[in-house]
Amino acid sequence: MSTTLYKVLQKKKKNILEYWMSLQLSDDGLREDLITNEDLRVQSEELVNALIANLSEASSLDLQAESWDPVIEILGGISITRARQGFSPRETGNFIFTLKESILQVLNEEIKGQPEVLFEESRKINRLMDNLSVITFETFIKGREEVILRQTDEISEISTPVIRVWDGILALPIIGTLDSSRTQVVMESLLQEIVETGSGIAILDISGVPAVDSLVAQHLIKTVSATRLMGAECIISGIRPEIAQTVVHLGIDLSNIITKASLASALAYAFRTLRLEVRKSNIVAPKN
Amino acid sequence: MIISLTKDPVTIQKEQDVVLFRNRLKEVAVKIKMGLLNQTRLITASSEIVRNMLRYADGGVGLIEIVSRGRDNGIRLTFTDKGPGIADLTLAMRDGYSTGKSLGLGLPGSKRLVDEFDIKSKLGEGTIVMMLKWTK
Repeated sequence: MSTTLYKVLQKKKKNILEYWMSLQLSDDGLREDLITNEDLRVQSEELVNALIANLSEASSLDLQAESWDPVIEILGGISITRARQGFSPRETGNFIFTLKESILQVLNEEIKGQPEVLFEESRKINRLMDNLSVITFETFIKGREEVILRQTDEISEISTPVIRVWDGILALPIIGTLDSSRTQVVMESLLQEIVETGSGIAILDISGVPAVDSLVAQHLIKTVSATRLMGAECIISGIRPEIAQTVVHLGIDLSNIITKASLASALAYAFRTLRLEVRKSNIVAPKN
Repeated sequence: MIISLTKDPVTIQKEQDVVLFRNRLKEVAVKIKMGLLNQTRLITASSEIVRNMLRYADGGVGLIEIVSRGRDNGIRLTFTDKGPGIADLTLAMRDGYSTGKSLGLGLPGSKRLVDEFDIKSKLGEGTIVMMLKWTK
């Protein structure tokens, strides 16, 4: 690293920061809803300080060198937070690109009249900043992936609720594909709930299952058998016409299982089994 | 004469890819205005084969093609894997036969769900399954 370059940058640190801030604040993609201008300034200042301190001390521009670790850490931290806060890739990219722009601008002002030196130094800065941009994107994507992983976990947790529709009747709406791990969760929570509530009837509603192939059917049969072993009756409801035809063509035998087209008819069947009756009352309901 | 209009290969490696493949297929089926029943049939049949591929061959590739013959449009699916292959195809195509602990309905069932079905397998080299469903 030539002495001219870092001297200039060290001296003009303030200018770089100011210019960078003005670029960021005037940008269309400024997200004041996600980050306050003060926070943005603190972030930017931290990065500029670390970057320029490193340019002055480090002799190499090789990002693999240990001396670059603090800069990379700060940058990585910023992009991961941005990914979580919901910044778009473009907005995160512009953050680092405008920094490059401001350094080049200051450099241009300082080394006027020496085009060859300017070109040489600009090229170094360019290479360095491009590498930093790549790091920004890598960490940004990593941050996004973490978000996705967390959501996947949340979905599998919330997607298997067991509902007590009536005393002695449980309902379990299944949404999405029924794979082996899902079946395990469904079966566990259903059997557990049967024990806890002492219910005699469980309704598995598969209206939300997009396709019933032989594996899904096998999982359903297993769940029903396990429920029966617990002394409860299991009804499968929500069988759509196209699913019914497909199951028949596949040759799956569900005749040992009580199946109903809708949750309502399954509930009616459950009421009949429990010898309950739902009817319209003659007494007029009191008005509020 | 069957002409292939589009080709869309989908790599299948993990269990989540079953859902991904089905959604892709659904999009294509909706695009060529396949009826809901035929859609469900084709999707279920493909789902059987994709699951087989994952279970016995550790994944493979599923190719989704829109094909046309005269005035008919349809979807042709070709599943290629580099698994151990199937020793006895006649036995594998029989209802209720399974080397795993499944119902043994996947292969014969999916054959019943589509209009054309073809399976080729070589021990130690892999298996190719082709299925075709016309829109009507």
